[in-house]
Amino acid sequence: MALYEESVHKAFDRIKHSKLNAYITLDKEGALETAGKVDDGKVSGRLAGMTVAVKDCITTKGLLTTCGSKILSGYVPPFDAEVVARLRKEGAVITGKTNMDEFAMGTSTESSYYGPTKNPWDLTRVPGGSSGGSGAAVAGLECRMALGTDTGGSVRCPASFCGVVGIKPTYGLVSRYGVIAYANSLEQVGPMARNVSDAALLLDVIAGHDPKDSTSVPHDACYTDHLVEDVKGLTIGVPKEYFGEGTDKKVDNAVWSAIMKLDKLGADYKEVSLPHTKYALSAYYIIAMCEASSNLARFDGLRYGLRIGKDENWHTTFSRIRAEGFGEEVKRRIMLGTYALSEGYYGKYYLKALKVRTLIKQDFEKVFKGVDVLAAPTMPTTAFKIGEHADDPLSMYMADIDTVPVNLAGVPSISVPCGFAGKLPIGIQFIGGFFDEPKIIRTAHTYELNTDFQKLPEGF
Amino acid sequence: MDGDGLEGSVIIGLEIHCQLNKLNSKLFCGCSTKQQGLEPNTMTCPVCLGLPGALPVINKKAVEYSIMVGLALSCEIAEHTQFYRKNYYYPDLPRGFQITQYDWPIASNGILTVEADGEERTVRIRRVHMEEDPGRLVHQGSIETSKFVLVDYNRSGMPLLEVVTEPDLRSPKEARRFINKLRNILEYLDVFDGSLEGALRVDANVSLRGGARVEIKNISSYKGVERALLFEISRQQNMKRRGVKVTQETRHYDDERNCTITLRTKEQAEEYRYYPEPDLVPLSVKSWEPRLKATLPELPDARRERFKKQYSISDDHAKVITSEIRVANYYECVAGKCEPRLAATWVADYLKGELNYRDRDIKDAFEPEKMIYILEQLKTGIITDKGAVEVMRALLDEGGDPKDIILSRNLAKVETDITKAAVKDVIKENLEAIRDYKDGKPQALNYLVGKVMKKTNGRADPAEVNLLLRELLECT
Repeated sequence: MALYEESVHKAFDRIKHSKLNAYITLDKEGALETAGKVDDGKVSGRLAGMTVAVKDCITTKGLLTTCGSKILSGYVPPFDAEVVARLRKEGAVITGKTNMDEFAMGTSTESSYYGPTKNPWDLTRVPGGSSGGSGAAVAGLECRMALGTDTGGSVRCPASFCGVVGIKPTYGLVSRYGVIAYANSLEQVGPMARNVSDAALLLDVIAGHDPKDSTSVPHDACYTDHLVEDVKGLTIGVPKEYFGEGTDKKVDNAVWSAIMKLDKLGADYKEVSLPHTKYALSAYYIIAMCEASSNLARFDGLRYGLRIGKDENWHTTFSRIRAEGFGEEVKRRIMLGTYALSEGYYGKYYLKALKVRTLIKQDFEKVFKGVDVLAAPTMPTTAFKIGEHADDPLSMYMADIDTVPVNLAGVPSISVPCGFAGKLPIGIQFIGGFFDEPKIIRTAHTYELNTDFQKLPEGF
Repeated sequence: MDGDGLEGSVIIGLEIHCQLNKLNSKLFCGCSTKQQGLEPNTMTCPVCLGLPGALPVINKKAVEYSIMVGLALSCEIAEHTQFYRKNYYYPDLPRGFQITQYDWPIASNGILTVEADGEERTVRIRRVHMEEDPGRLVHQGSIETSKFVLVDYNRSGMPLLEVVTEPDLRSPKEARRFINKLRNILEYLDVFDGSLEGALRVDANVSLRGGARVEIKNISSYKGVERALLFEISRQQNMKRRGVKVTQETRHYDDERNCTITLRTKEQAEEYRYYPEPDLVPLSVKSWEPRLKATLPELPDARRERFKKQYSISDDHAKVITSEIRVANYYECVAGKCEPRLAATWVADYLKGELNYRDRDIKDAFEPEKMIYILEQLKTGIITDKGAVEVMRALLDEGGDPKDIILSRNLAKVETDITKAAVKDVIKENLEAIRDYKDGKPQALNYLVGKVMKKTNGRADPAEVNLLLRELLECT
């Protein structure tokens, strides 16, 4: 049997026996067809024959796209997202659509209508969210790499919890055309892979200007060119606000060891401050929920997706479909966002959050005048137990404290494994200035080459 | 007085939505704007259907058109302009929000003058902004009897321009004139074709001095604006007369029954949750202004002044002719080849009159070349005024060639000999009238002229008949 077809069979075999629930939809037929074409030399490209899984909020032509929700169950998009089109053009073998928190709202992939995904390192724990399916699929060898989306840390969190690499690119670097919006001013599609070079390769393919997305920025860079082992002369800033209360001691230690390691490899480090970090979480949730309340208004069952009830007026029909079609976390955010945008509250909440956002952006701009990259924990803890935060959504929101400022500012960040707490992986993130992906990739790559944390979970 | 007896007490402000239907593509996608007569939902794409993941991209030409309209209305063009989301649920709104402008409209603070009872009324333009049209609901039968509603998204994403006035209008007639003038300007700019269905829709705010403001929504015809306002004003006056307080509310105009009905009261005011559209970045448009200003065509008022000067025609004629770009173009075409003053009379009075009588548009009239031919025949005395009118009517009703019509209907003037013979006959046959004339009753002459015209089937020239009659009567 031909090489790539065989690797597809292997991956699907693994998925078949998997306990991870990393996928919502599989496309074995399509994957085998593409792999066959690569084997026959009919298809080539930078990702030729490589298996890539796609988060279920990214539309795929002819392939079910549910966003982890009931309301979009049965929705088959008539077009490909720009990033998916780019994958296909480079010969990628798309294995299927990965599980996620419903409409990407979550830090754990527990809120999926299709059941939670499990962490390959410990099946009683969450893989992180909302791109938990992508993170678990990569860590569990159910694909070579995957696409996630990062709105407030949704690529980096599962990368950290699952012990893989994830990149949140600069806002505007990757097209959002075909990404089902949760909070569109914050989110970017990001690559996930088992090492920095694969992640950089995937970024090479998906990055680049797209006239179909007005926020897409023309920016030309080849990220794989920056896979060099060299951090000499690089100044690493260590923002003290990212090591605050709630940060697990083991995480703290692992991240500091990583910084020391880089120091030994020739980089300098210094403590810095991003003073408005303490407001980031509140601002983030207000902006995200406001945008979500508007973005999710289109799901009314009229043209696609779930349709329940008939012979009623449209008002009743819409309400019933939305009441039955949305999960609890989504409803919570829609209602809070609707409230915060309504007359009399807009200025009090939304506008204020935008002001905070500006201050946070200025924090980053200021700090990057003195340092090349920032190093900080990706998540304040390791993966938590499934159901641990079920009754207390606020405590889960707190977990995003180290990731959301990056999304508010629009700067890039990469998360790479930097140690273990027991058997659970810990992640460190390197944050860069606008379009400084080359620098953070170089830092992460150098670090990865000089450490030994790219392990496979037990039994994989 | 403008005829409605309300001068001074009525306060009207307008919000006019015009489709920029001369654009080739919709406001945020590449779908064509030419959708009249198409099957429902055939001119759509993921963007204008609001499919999950699809993103809007602004149509640059639409922005340029909007700036041109702003400039034509003497507005200030914004430094930066931005789009907002207006959130509400309706089956014809595929995203659950409409992309429109809120703060930072593309143009603001303009003016437009309209004729008001002999004087000029300066109406302030508060703002001009861009937005997308939603889809269209189609009811089987009427709204009341339809068992279901069909939705056609072909119109979804059509570029609209909303022009909002200050409450400076004082009568329904002024409101109608304002709308006609606006339409005229938009057509001069070549951004709008007002004859297409749904091209223009109006919301009108109206109050009697000291009373609450009532908004009338969804007026979709030019004539409807005046009728809706007249109805609403008399409704409010009746309430005032009965001592009932007019409350602030939004009413719907029912075109068929010509009345307004309550839609919602102030307590139920709509909550739109406006916020900036994150998928569209703000545009710095001020820098586009000089380039677009340079491309502005001659506008109605300027053309009217030029016509008066260049063609020495009356103000009334110039006004009628320039109040529609197609008429103005038609006139210039004719005036270039004929005596301009004669052309003005025949275009402004006769042709417009005949078209109005038939409820038809200048674009449905015969070609200017045919008008030129008719006027040439008239000038050289081949046909009479009456004959010329008959040719025009035949052309409008049946079409054809003016030359053929003149021949087949025997409209060419009869020879002088025949006229002379007819005059002689008439004199012989109407001795009583001749006696009257000679007794100093000049109107008897008209009677005789009429007799001659009848005898010649109208083909004699009345002036010539007049002259001949006098000559002969003096001799006898």
